[in-house]
Amino acid sequence: MPAWLGFVVAGLLTGAVYGLMALGLSVIFGVIRIINFAHGEMMVLGMYVTILVCRALSLDPLEAAPLIAALWFLGGYALQRGLVNRYIARPEHEQFVLLLAIAIILTSSMLMIFGPDAQSLQTSYAFDSYEIGALTLDKVRVFAAAGSVVGVALLWAFFGFTRTGKAIRACADNQTGALIVGLNVKRLYAVTFGLGTACVGFAGTLMLLLVDVQPYLSTDYTLLAFVIVIIGGLGSMPGALLGGLLIGLSEALSAYFFAPSLKSLFSFALLIVVLLLRPQGLLGSRA
Amino acid sequence: MKTRFDRREFAIGAAATGALAIAGPVGRARAQIPAIKIGSLLPRSGFEAQIGQHCQQAIEVGKSFLKARGYSLEVIDSDTQSSPEAARTEAEKLIRDGCNILTGAFDSAQSLAIAQVAEQRGIPFVVNIGADPAITNQGYKFIFRNFPTAVMLGNHGLELFGEIFKATGKTPKTAVYIHLNDSFGEAVTKGVHAFRDKVGLPFTIVDEIAYSPQTNDLSAEVAKAKATNAELAMVITRLNDAILLVREMVKQKWSPWGIISPGSPGMYQMPFFKALGKYANYCITNVPWLDPKQKMAKEFEAAFLKAYPEQICDIDAGFTFEGLLVCADAYKRAGSTKPQALVEALKATNITDRVMLGGPITFDEHGQNTNLPSAAVQDLKGKPTVVLPAANAVAKPVFPMPQWSTRT
Repeated sequence: MPAWLGFVVAGLLTGAVYGLMALGLSVIFGVIRIINFAHGEMMVLGMYVTILVCRALSLDPLEAAPLIAALWFLGGYALQRGLVNRYIARPEHEQFVLLLAIAIILTSSMLMIFGPDAQSLQTSYAFDSYEIGALTLDKVRVFAAAGSVVGVALLWAFFGFTRTGKAIRACADNQTGALIVGLNVKRLYAVTFGLGTACVGFAGTLMLLLVDVQPYLSTDYTLLAFVIVIIGGLGSMPGALLGGLLIGLSEALSAYFFAPSLKSLFSFALLIVVLLLRPQGLLGSRA
Repeated sequence: MKTRFDRREFAIGAAATGALAIAGPVGRARAQIPAIKIGSLLPRSGFEAQIGQHCQQAIEVGKSFLKARGYSLEVIDSDTQSSPEAARTEAEKLIRDGCNILTGAFDSAQSLAIAQVAEQRGIPFVVNIGADPAITNQGYKFIFRNFPTAVMLGNHGLELFGEIFKATGKTPKTAVYIHLNDSFGEAVTKGVHAFRDKVGLPFTIVDEIAYSPQTNDLSAEVAKAKATNAELAMVITRLNDAILLVREMVKQKWSPWGIISPGSPGMYQMPFFKALGKYANYCITNVPWLDPKQKMAKEFEAAFLKAYPEQICDIDAGFTFEGLLVCADAYKRAGSTKPQALVEALKATNITDRVMLGGPITFDEHGQNTNLPSAAVQDLKGKPTVVLPAANAVAKPVFPMPQWSTRT
C-alpha cells in the first residue's frame, strides 16, 4: 500500500470534522445573511464546556456531544433573539463589529476562567488505533469523523423532512414570500442561528478528541471555517462539507509531499485558486 | 550590702538605657544592607504561560532561600506575555520603577528584546534561560547569561548520544530529526548541522521534519517520520508539542529504539508525565540539570518540592533560581546598586556553591558562562533521572526503550 494513502484517509477523517464546524457558519449565512465572526470562539468554548461536563458527569466526549449541541442550540437561539436580531437590518460593518465584540469577550472570558494553558480530556481509547492491512487509523480520529457524519446527516434530515426545516429553507430562498405566507421569520432565524451554533458546539466536542484546547485556538478556527466555506461556497451546506474535506486532504497531502509545516500555506493557496477561478466557491451560486 | 538605688544612680541608669535604646536601632540600621531591586521578567501568560508560571515558582522559592542565606534582595515580578514587544515594554517599566538589575526571560526572542533595552539604559541583565547565541555575541556590556548557547546546548547534547549508546551497548544506524521551527528550534538545528558536519554523529539523519510551535496536531509529522523507518527519533520540542508527538507515536504504533532530545524542554516536565502516564517513561533529554550530588541543589530541590509538591525541580527552575543567585551575589560583592559596580561584580563572578551541574559560575568576556555541561536525563518511573555522566548519575540509562505495547 502506498504511504500517501494513510495520509489521504487521515486527512479526510479530519476534514469531516472541519466540514461540520464550517457547516454551522454556512447555515447561518445561508439563511440570515449574517457572518458569524465569533464562530471559532464558540467552538473553543464548546471544547472547554465539554471538558467541564465530562469531568463533572464522568461522561465520554461522544456521550456529551448531544448535550453540548443542545446547550449551544439554546445559547445560539437566545443570542439571536436577544442581540443579533436587532442588527439584521443594520449595515454590514455594524454586524461585523457586534460579532467581533462577542468574539473578543468570549476569548477574554475563556482566558480569565480557564487560563492560557492547553487542556485535554483523557479517554480510555486516546492511545488506541485500528490496523487495516498496512493502514493505521487512530481511533479518536475515526470516532470524530463518524460523529461528524452523524451530525451532518441529522442536519440534512432536519432541513429535508421537518416542517421547520422546510420553512427555514423557504426563508432562505425568499424572505418576503415567507412573510407573506405567514411564517414567523424572526423565530425561524433564531432557530437557524441555534442550529448553526449547535453544529459548532458539536464539532468542538469532536475536535476535543483530536487536539488540546487553549483560548488562542479561536482565531485559527474562525479563519479555518472562513477558508472552508469560501472554498465550498458561502451559504452552501454541501459546499461546506466539500470544503472541509478538501482542506483536510490538502493539509495531509502537502504534509506528505512537501513539509508538514507548509500545511496552512497549501490551504490558503487552494483558497486563492478557487477565488480566482470560481469566486462564488465550488458549490456556491452567483449572487 | 547596698540593695537600693539612689536617685543619682537611677538617673544614670535610665540615661544609659535610653542611650542604648536609641543607639540600638541606629546600630542595627547601619549593619543592615538595603535590598537590591531585581526585576524578574517571565512569560507568565500567553502560549508560554505554563512554563513561565513554573519559573515563577522558582523565583518565589528562591527569594526566601537566598534571604535565609544572608542575601539582601527584593524581587519585582513582571509578565512578558510570551511576546518580545511586551517584554521590551515591561523591561522599560521595571527600569523606570527603580530596578537595579534585571533577570529573565525564559525565551530567546524575549531575552533579546530585553537585552536591547538593558544595554540602552545601562542596567545589568542576567539571562536565566535563552539559548540564542545572538544574546551574548553582539558586544553588549551589560548582558550576562548563565545558560548554554544553542551551539553549546546542541554540542553537549549531541556528544551525549555516543555516551548513551556506549553505556548501553546499542547504537542505532538511522535517525529522523523532528524539530520546532521557532527561533530556538532553528538555532539548535544549526548547531546539530554544524556538529554533524564537523564532528559527525554516530547515526545517519534520514529525514528532517519541522513544525510550528503553535501546532495542535502532529499526526502528519509522525506519519512521515514513521515512514522513514528510522531507528531513533531525535527531537527538539517544547511542552505541548512533546505531548502531542509521543501521543501520536503511540497511536500510530511507531516505537523507535528511543526518543532523545539533544537539548530542549518538554519531555522532563510534569504535565508531560501527567498527560502520557506510562508512555512518558524512557524518553531522554540531554540538558544541563540539577547536580544530584551538590549540597545546594539538594537543599533547593527540597525547598521547591515542599512549596510545590506537584512539580518537578527541573532545568527551568534551577536556572531561574541561579539567575536570582547571580544577581544577589553580584550585589553582595559590589556593595552598591550602581550599574557599573554591579557589572564589575558580575564580571568577577565565581560561584562554586550552586545547584546546576558543572563548574563554578563564571562569565567570559562576552558575558557567557561556559561551565555548563549537559546530563542525559531519562524519564524513569515517572520522574526525570540523571543517567549520565556516570559521576553524577543516580540510575543507569535504558536503551533501547521498551515497545509501547509492552508498557505496564
